[in-house]
Amino acid sequence: MTELLTLAASTAPGLPLGITEGGTWLLRNAWLIPLLPGLSFVGILFFGKRMPRGGSELGIALVGIAFVLSLLTAAAWIDHRDNFEGEEVHRAVAVAEHGDDHVEAHAEAHGHPSLGVHNTVTWFEMNDVAFTVGTLVDGPAVMMLVVVTLVSLLVHVYSTEYVAGDRRYTHFFAFLSLFSASMLLLVVSENTLQLLVSWELVGVCSFVLIGHWWEEKPNSDAALKAFLTNRVGDMGLIVGVTILFFTVGSALPGQFGSFSIAETNALAGSGQLSHTALLVASCCLMAAVMSKSGQFLLHTWLPDAMAGPTPVSALIHAATMVVAGVFMIARMYGVFFEGFSIGGSSINLMALIGGITTLIGACLAFVQRDIKKVLAYSTISQLGYMVMALGVGAWTAALFHLFTHAFFKACLFLGSGSAAHAVHSFDMKSDMGGLRKVMPHTYRTFVIGSIALAGLPPLAGFWSKDEILVGTGGWGLFGGTGGNGAYTFMLIMGVVTAALTAAYMTRCIYLTFFGEFRGHGTPHESGPRIVVPLWILAGLAIVAGFGNLPKGFPLVPESFQERFGHFVEPVASYFPSITHATPSWSLAIASTLVVLSGVTVAGWYYFVKVEAASKAAGESLTELPDGLTTKYPLARMGHTLLVQKYYLDHLYTDVIAGGTKGPVAAAAYKVDQGVIDGVVDAVGENAVKAGNLVYHRFDQLVVDGIVNTSGRASSSAGGELRKIQTGKVQDYAAILFAAAMVLAGVLIVIV
Amino acid sequence: MLLNQFLLLAAVLFAIGVYGVLARRNGVLVLMSIELILNAVNINLVAFSAVRETVGGEVFALFIIAVAAAEVGVGLAMVLLLYRNRRSIDLTEIDQLRG
Repeated sequence: MTELLTLAASTAPGLPLGITEGGTWLLRNAWLIPLLPGLSFVGILFFGKRMPRGGSELGIALVGIAFVLSLLTAAAWIDHRDNFEGEEVHRAVAVAEHGDDHVEAHAEAHGHPSLGVHNTVTWFEMNDVAFTVGTLVDGPAVMMLVVVTLVSLLVHVYSTEYVAGDRRYTHFFAFLSLFSASMLLLVVSENTLQLLVSWELVGVCSFVLIGHWWEEKPNSDAALKAFLTNRVGDMGLIVGVTILFFTVGSALPGQFGSFSIAETNALAGSGQLSHTALLVASCCLMAAVMSKSGQFLLHTWLPDAMAGPTPVSALIHAATMVVAGVFMIARMYGVFFEGFSIGGSSINLMALIGGITTLIGACLAFVQRDIKKVLAYSTISQLGYMVMALGVGAWTAALFHLFTHAFFKACLFLGSGSAAHAVHSFDMKSDMGGLRKVMPHTYRTFVIGSIALAGLPPLAGFWSKDEILVGTGGWGLFGGTGGNGAYTFMLIMGVVTAALTAAYMTRCIYLTFFGEFRGHGTPHESGPRIVVPLWILAGLAIVAGFGNLPKGFPLVPESFQERFGHFVEPVASYFPSITHATPSWSLAIASTLVVLSGVTVAGWYYFVKVEAASKAAGESLTELPDGLTTKYPLARMGHTLLVQKYYLDHLYTDVIAGGTKGPVAAAAYKVDQGVIDGVVDAVGENAVKAGNLVYHRFDQLVVDGIVNTSGRASSSAGGELRKIQTGKVQDYAAILFAAAMVLAGVLIVIV
Repeated sequence: MLLNQFLLLAAVLFAIGVYGVLARRNGVLVLMSIELILNAVNINLVAFSAVRETVGGEVFALFIIAVAAAEVGVGLAMVLLLYRNRRSIDLTEIDQLRG
């Protein structure tokens, strides 16, 4: 374990990073997992068309192997977390640095440390800075590996039926594979540079897959919008990473920068970096999160991204890619924790953005006709939940919500795809309704996913959502509390969103599966390749929540409590020491009641009033003919505001883009004509004059003169010399002997 | 030793050879004159070698004899081909190399 000691010594004086070069083979070679789908991409691209199933079999096989490897890696990590012998060395280093008492106190507060497994190779070196590529395998990385490969595998299987007979079937699978590879690379990234590269790669895959049916203009527009909106945030990421690079360099002896995530976090956590630099870097990185994870102000691309095929929406725009931003915060948590002072405040930028996003997303979900857009806004809302949780310091709860959300949201998306596949439309109001009878499997899995999303016990969403609410530390009633700060405002936003979520999912289920069928044709249940992934995800949506039962939960033994937190949350120097909130029964009951009230209100409206109105009207209605929006102007205005998506798109395209385009273009034209053209013209004319002068005076007279004279001289010399070339051997011999005589004479004279 | 006589003999032979090379028009006689020049050189080499009591000169002379044999072989082959093509071995008529 000398490696650990050297690692500690190579950084700022005596700073242990909490990482090791040891660990089992699987943990050290996690790069194999992104490599497999990468190979699949290349294979499908070159040979896919010649394969009997158009390349999909290769994609499924390699992603399947990657999934198995991820499971084995997870098992290896579980063993490593509890039994790795490197901990003693780590402890010894810590004791040497901080003294025995400190380490004892630390271990008591946080449990014994987990060492992230670090494996790098140097890519290139420049000015003594080694640019490395490699893997940092720890709890969050392993969790993401399993989630991404599992959802990706199910989506691959689902797609073989969903996009069967598509004009770019092979191309579709190639990019699904490339996306999986990029996302897996992102989660195992050891440094921010590698993170940035894979971040851009997933963006490109998202662009390609949203625009999969690019022949229709709205689809290619949506792809462009997604890509360009993401570019805005990517600038933030690039700037943030650069700031961190130099900030870390300022604290490292003999090195002007470092991209290493572990070093950055450890230095930020130990207070050796300037707080201002960390704050600026956090704000820049936050811009990247806002674009990638669809946070408020830059979320507008995500609903439009639903133009892509549904499996893509499930994989990329619900379960994996959009959580890249959340994962990035979790990865760089040391930076954010210090930068935003999460530990001791009651409001900060991250929590505020997350809180606003979760509310506005939930409101927008109410007015959508398109079933996928309901889910898209729901995704925005849930991502807001995660960002808010990270903003209040509930790191484990955020990652746990990411974990459960991936399953139930993928389940919901694939279910919506299955329903849309049957009725050939996504419009709930004009083309769906009554599907409960004809699509029993889709119906049941969709309801399970909805309950999990709404957060009713004992399904997955309840546990993760409740942990976030507890983690805000804003609940002081009957003993709960104790988080990192008192984020009461966030607690209120979270609870309101929980009610809204329950209500809009009730509306969505009613419109899709109840009432009478309003579309055309006879819908029927999808085939097994769609239904089986649905049931697998629905099953996980039920049980995933048991992975992190709260501490002190009376019904199970202590060894089953907080398993997720134990294995996923790093207890290492590169992770800030966060305070965990105490679970609270009263808050759990209160939030459940709130969710039930949301269900009740929406259920009363749809299942009682609309149902009755439908009977009276003799057709299947989707809303009351004389509802609130027709009766009250204020309600109508609110509705219009939501339908227009808060006019944010108008703000961006008309006000910001249009407002800058006109004046900037006019000014640019003036500058172009007046200044640039003038300069170019003047330079051109003078160059012509100078050229003429040079041509007549110098080129013609001097240069040509030299060339011509030398040519004439050699020509006449040649003419004279050719006279001695008689062609007769004996003449040559005479010259030879004459020359020999001359040389002999010279020799005699000299010697 | 009578070195001078040998050198004189060699010089006479050399002069006769040069005269032959420059003045004769018959290709075979020119080749023979070249042989005379080479043998004049051989006499010099052997004479000096004998005076200085080393064998280097004799070894060189042997080499020259061998090379001269090869040279005469090639030269005679060329003369033969000339005769076949032009029915003449008069060197003054062969001036295709004139510039």
